Amino acid sequence: MRSAWIIAKRDLGSFFNSPIFYVVTTVFLIIYSFIFFNILNFFSFQSFQAGQLQAMGINLNLNEMVIEPSLQNMSVILLMIIPIITMRSFADEKKMKTFRLLLSSPVHLREIILGKFLACMIVVAVMILISSYSVGFLFLLGEPEPGPVITGYLGVLLMAGCFVSVGIFASSLTDNQIIAAVLTFGFSLFMWVIGWGAQAAGSITGQVLQYISIVDHLERFLKGLVNTSDLVYYLSFILFNLFLCHRVLDSNRWR
Amino acid sequence: MIEVENLTKHYGPRRAINNLTFQVAQGEVVGFLGPNGAGKSTTMNILSCILPASSGTVRIQGYDTFEHSLEIRKMIGYLPETPPLYPDMSVRDYLMFAARVRGMTGKRTGNAVEKVIGSCSLTDVSHRIIGRLSKGYQQRVGLAQAMVHDPDILILDEPTIGLDPIQIIEIRKLIQELAASHTIILSSHILPEITQICQRVIIINEGEIAAVDSLEGLTASLRKSERLSLTVRNEAKQVEEKLNSLEQVLSVLPGEKNQFLLECELNSNLQDEIARLALENQWGLVELKPLSLTLEDIFLKLTIEEKDVQA
Repeated sequence: MRSAWIIAKRDLGSFFNSPIFYVVTTVFLIIYSFIFFNILNFFSFQSFQAGQLQAMGINLNLNEMVIEPSLQNMSVILLMIIPIITMRSFADEKKMKTFRLLLSSPVHLREIILGKFLACMIVVAVMILISSYSVGFLFLLGEPEPGPVITGYLGVLLMAGCFVSVGIFASSLTDNQIIAAVLTFGFSLFMWVIGWGAQAAGSITGQVLQYISIVDHLERFLKGLVNTSDLVYYLSFILFNLFLCHRVLDSNRWR
Repeated sequence: MIEVENLTKHYGPRRAINNLTFQVAQGEVVGFLGPNGAGKSTTMNILSCILPASSGTVRIQGYDTFEHSLEIRKMIGYLPETPPLYPDMSVRDYLMFAARVRGMTGKRTGNAVEKVIGSCSLTDVSHRIIGRLSKGYQQRVGLAQAMVHDPDILILDEPTIGLDPIQIIEIRKLIQELAASHTIILSSHILPEITQICQRVIIINEGEIAAVDSLEGLTASLRKSERLSLTVRNEAKQVEEKLNSLEQVLSVLPGEKNQFLLECELNSNLQDEIARLALENQWGLVELKPLSLTLEDIFLKLTIEEKDVQA
């Protein structure tokens, strides 16, 4: 574990030293903020209308109408941005021939992979943390329920973890960062839309597709529900990708 | 102590090294000499546990590279042909990272880094970004990362490649200083470089060992003698004795499976004599062939390359 942390720290240093992190974070924050304030604007418009038509008794809810869609949109932006963060992980080490330093060090391969994963996760977590000013803003103005906010962020973080694990795996396949990024984006997007096939498929296949789909599990987290099966799904998704990454890097040595 | 036995490595159908067997004693400085593509880097990658061998074993201080690679990696400092440098880090940060990832902890890390910065003459550039350093300094940083954790064994793959003559002299000097306290294996395709630094030379050509000898021994044997290889079928104890008794035989070296390497005086044409001995004593002659030619060929190749470098 100590070695994993050493490797993660080096990667983080390299992230925060490079312009990529700042550009990506800025783009992420601008798009997210734009979407968030649009949603908020729509909400205030609706609550204004509801105030005029009290008889209708519409129950407006900040969690349901602002935070939930914002986080959902955030996960789409993350889908597009995480490949840029993860693409360097192994591709760059291989291209720059620095991987040999790690391979000739007394470090397990799994520690190297864990270190890379941790570094990317911390970067993503920092981005999400900065963007959470928006929800803090809501706590200042209104009284959203804290429970679903916390589980919502947990869900987004787990989902980001899935994208990161795909990215780490893709990065181990090639020494070309662009290929790694495209593969990550493609596979993540596929895992996102695979649930759409559920209706066309039969009942059992449909249920399987629905379960495999990465986005379905997020919805319950956003509603404040921490379901064991969702947790198991996300964690096993992450572990499986990291396992594949381990297999690829290990078998590379034998070729 | 490094023991390599029957080491073979295939890359797909291509065989990079074939049946290498050699030993390196504690504190020895051994040079791998061979033309480009001879299998030097592959051997070094296997020694430093980066690649697994296709067959054969490597034991370092009694540990097997395959089963106890973590133990071995603690004892080894490795400089690959391209130094593994992160161009966006400063020299000091990079060396701190290399020391930590190789298992150093606490205050020792900082002290070790300061020491290695001093001994590799990196003091002036220790705060600079590696990517902006000259090739010579980068090579020195590469050497520094290999020795920062004070390993017993240094494996240096072409440590002077791509440097200008002054830098080459500096790096050679540094390696000579290190030789006092380390076991060093270094590779080169430049003959004089090996001559200056190493006590013993392993010449590799097309994946096979062409010769293992001290440098004096090699050059002497090249100038003054020719070599014969004799293989017999029957385990005859007097073979070595009888061969030694021949006037023009300088030395007899028993090898594996009843093979004998003979050093004979130049132009002695002993084949007839040896064949007669073999028949008379019923050794069961299997093979008798001259060897010196291949060695000469390799030396020729190497010396030609060196001329190119100097030109």
